[in-house]
This record gives sequence, structure tokens and C-alpha cells, in this order.
Amino acid sequence: MIGLLSTGGAYAAFGATATADETTAVSQSTLDEGEKLFAANCATCHGAALEGTEAGPSLHGVGAASVDFQVGTGRMPMAFDGAQAERKPVQFTDEQVKALAAYVASISPGPAIPDEEYLQGDTDAANGAELFRINCAMCHNVAGAGGALTEGKFAPPLGGVAPEHIYEAMVTGPQNMPVFNDMNLSPADKADIISYLTYVDDNSSPGGFELGSLGPVAEGLFIWIFGLGAVIAITVWLTAKAN
Amino acid sequence: MSQHDDEATGSAVEAHTPREVSIGTAVANSDAVENPGLPPHRERVTDLDPRKDRQMSRRVVALFLFSILASIFAIVAYFVWPIDVSVEGFGTIRNNNMAIGIGLAFALLAIGTGVVLWGKNLMSGEEFVEQRHGTRGTDEVRAKVVKIFDDANKESGFGRRKLIRNTLFGAIAAWPLPAIFLFRDLAPAAEPHELLRHTMWDAGIRLVRDPDGTPIRAADVTIGSAFHVIPENLEEADHVLDAKAKAVVLLMRLNPAELNEREDRKDWSYDGIVAYSKICTHVGCPVALYEQHTHHLLCPCHQSQFDVANHAAVIFGPAARPLPQLPIEVDAEGYLVAKSDFTEPVGPSFWERER
Repeated sequence: MIGLLSTGGAYAAFGATATADETTAVSQSTLDEGEKLFAANCATCHGAALEGTEAGPSLHGVGAASVDFQVGTGRMPMAFDGAQAERKPVQFTDEQVKALAAYVASISPGPAIPDEEYLQGDTDAANGAELFRINCAMCHNVAGAGGALTEGKFAPPLGGVAPEHIYEAMVTGPQNMPVFNDMNLSPADKADIISYLTYVDDNSSPGGFELGSLGPVAEGLFIWIFGLGAVIAITVWLTAKAN
Repeated sequence: MSQHDDEATGSAVEAHTPREVSIGTAVANSDAVENPGLPPHRERVTDLDPRKDRQMSRRVVALFLFSILASIFAIVAYFVWPIDVSVEGFGTIRNNNMAIGIGLAFALLAIGTGVVLWGKNLMSGEEFVEQRHGTRGTDEVRAKVVKIFDDANKESGFGRRKLIRNTLFGAIAAWPLPAIFLFRDLAPAAEPHELLRHTMWDAGIRLVRDPDGTPIRAADVTIGSAFHVIPENLEEADHVLDAKAKAVVLLMRLNPAELNEREDRKDWSYDGIVAYSKICTHVGCPVALYEQHTHHLLCPCHQSQFDVANHAAVIFGPAARPLPQLPIEVDAEGYLVAKSDFTEPVGPSFWERER
């Protein structure tokens, strides 16, 4: 038990120092810009010192990855308080997003923005596909087409999502998505999953028209309406008398 | 109305037998609905207008020619869109199959459509009734058949040599009996409900990641995490997939303050880490749609929802029971292990469950 705690503590300390090292590399001007942007756009809900308010959660420990994901996909700033924050046009330039991320990480460290080497989408797509089927497909659909959750929430479709945002989502577990930390899926595993999704994006479906890759419901609806419709039309024509 | 009652076309063979009603149907016709007969004959446009007739025959010919072209297209497509194994992905297979399929499908469709149009519009449109002949044979034929049976019985001694005949019956009846014993082995060796009660989990079995089988430290499972877990001894099972289908577990860590635990299960979790069977208690789909903030687990098949913070109680949907919880603890090396097997059968209900 003591051994366990010390191991856990060592992990946490190691993780913290690693991210801290990274954040110190960011220039002071970037942090200043991030602070201004945060105060103007985020502090109302998340609190001036990231402590959170009744309108929004604390941002302590969320890290640069979370900020880059939430702001970089347009989910934050939130337009309204719905079942979940949805993707929408990004409100900031790329530099502004990175500055915000750097600022939040400088106040309270957390998962960092992933290295480019994990985002290339050219690693083992087959392993990525297996990991995706086990860990992701139940919510996001086996082809990454997304799916419904409870009470109006949904797992968004993953087609066309930038690799760094996929990576950041796995590390941080945005909204109701579970966290897949590096102890669960190693960075190499995450790179494989990104490779699988890149493969799905780049390659057309072997079966032709995917019908949204939504599976048996969409396919069943299609065949019941158009397939059976054609059968009925042909039957009516066959048995009708000629003019 | 034109009825060719007796000299029906195609019935020339039966011309020598007099028309008669089959014995089986020689009862008074009690049908309340009178046979309305055929509707009045109506001439078709192709019967009335020679131009329409020519137009229709051209159409049928065009369909058959189209069919020939479609068949040729299928042949050409085979060469134009070859399956190229050097190209990554399924693109060339798909194009090849689609082009050939379109050619073959339209070739056959055009033949069918042409034949139907020909039959409906150009062939004779006269309605007529063709009577069925009676099914009873003539008296001579019947007597002859009876004589054949009598002769066969006399010559074979089938009726006379009763011992031979009866032992033959016995031998034929006994021959399929071994099948009962052979096919009995297709059933599970043990009682099925006993198999459903037990999984690969047992005291001290480590929780390992699916699919790579690496053990999990409690410290790895941060709050909000969800791990897909199998028992470390899964590969030792006789039927790995069968065993996996019963033993899969979802491991989650909640904020201990949000976890509402039953008094008798307080020691089944470890610092907010809980493990629940992934097999829905409704009809056995894998339940793994976990929402880390609401702590809801959703089954994608029939929308049963379980509240992980509240010992996986059913909060919505058709499932009748909470998901079975796997008691876990941490071993000396800091890895998560099971404290025992599940304390109740996993998955859907079955008749003997409460026994």
C-alpha cells in the first residue's frame, strides 16, 4: 500500500515536472496574451484563477491539451448551456488558441499538447483498429461515424477531425468521454488509433455507398424502402394487364 | 367470352379419358359464391393498332439488344477495371465488382423485362379455361396395380415369412439409435446453467488490459478513466472467446466522494475504482458506453442505462437487474486483482438462475 502510493506519487510528480519543463519554454509574451484572452473570454465561467464558478468547472490540472481541444474545435467558448458543447466555427486564431493553452498550463500543469511524431497517421493502422474497436467503437461507431448517448448527449463523428484533437480528446476525456491516459493507451497506441482513423478517412468504403456508416439501422431502412419498394413495383407491373 | 372447355389446348393427351369429377371432390358444391367466370375480353392497343404492335416489338428487340450489350460490357469491364493487388485498399476490387455486376444485372433485367413485355403485349391475349382431368385411374389400371402387389408379395414371401420380415423391421428401427448417443455430445458437457454461473475470475486473478494482457496498477486508473479488462488467465480457457464473452469487465475510477456504495460491498472497490461486468443483464450486449461525469453506462442495443455511482442500478430501459460487480483489491505489487469470481451469474436471466 505504501509502495503503491509512492509509485503513484512518483508518477504524478514525474508527469508534473515533465509538463512544467515544457511550459517554461513558452515565452512570457505568449503567456501575457493568453492571460488577456482568458480574462476576456473564459474567466466569466471558469473563474479568474481557473478555480471554476457555478457556470463552469475548475480548469486546474486540465492542461494545454484540454484547452487546445476545447477551444481549437470551437466547443469553447460555449454558445449556450446544452446537453453538451458542440463543435462550431473556431473563435480564435491558432496562435491565440496556443497562447490560451500555454497560459492555462502555466497556472496549473496538466496533459500537454501532443508531439507531432504521434500525429502522422502512418503507424500500425491494424493495431489501431483493434484498439479502436475495444475502447472507442461502442460510442463513436466502428467507422468513427459517431453515435447517441443518454439524455441528448452524443459521441461526435470522428471523420475529418484533426489528429491532435483526437489525441487530446483521448488524453483529457472532454465532457462525458472517459479519460484514456498514457497508462491505458500508450502514446504509440494513440498514434495507431489516429492512423486507423486517418486510414478510414482516406480510403473509400470497400462496400461502396456507406449510407453514413451508421450500420444496420440505416442499411435496413434503405433496403426496406428502396429494395422492397422495387420488388413491389415490379410485382405490380408483372401482374398488371397490358393496355 | 371465349371458353374452350373441352378441346382445351395442351390437353390432347388426355383426350381418350372421359372428363369426370375426381371422387374426392364429388360432393355437392356448397360454395355460396357463384363462379363469376372470366371478365369480358378486352382488345389491347397492340391488337387494335398495328403501329403500336410494331412499336412494342421494336421495344422488345431493343431490350434484348441492350441485354447483349450489357453482357459484352460485363466482359469488357473485367479487363478495363482489373483487380490490382498492388494497389492498397479495396478500391480496385470494388470497381471491378461493381462494373461487372452492373453489366450482368442489367443484362438479366433486360431479358426478363423483354420477355414479360413480349408475353403481355404481343403473344395471344385470348383468355381460356383449361380443365384438369380426373385423378382416378381406370378400373383396368387399378386391377393391374393390385395384381402387381399381390404377385410381389407371393414371390418375395414378404407376407408369409413373418420372422424374416419382422427382424428386418427391427434392424431398420435399431440402425438410427447410435445417432442419439453420437449427437448427445453436441450439448455442453456440464449443465448449461452451471457454466453460466462461473467465469474465469477468481481470487488473485489480475485484471489485465484487453487485448494486450498487460496488468493494471491502481495508480494507472486516473479519475474519469475507463479500462476494458479481461482476466489474466483468459488464454488458458478451453474456448477463449466463450470465456471472454462471460468475463469481460469495465474498470472505471470515480471520485470516491461521488461513489455511493452498499455497506456489504464497501471493500469491493479500491479508492473509487470499480469493476462491473460488461455483459448487459437484458440480453447480453456489451455495455460500455460510459459517461464519466454522469456515471451512466448505456447499453447500445436497447438503451438500458446503469448508474455506476450507485452500484450499477438500472435507471432506464428493459434490463431487469444491476450489472454484476467484480470485487477487486490491490496485490502486493500494486496491481489490481479480483477478490473472487462474480457473486452472481453475469448476463441475461435464465430459468435456473435463482436455484
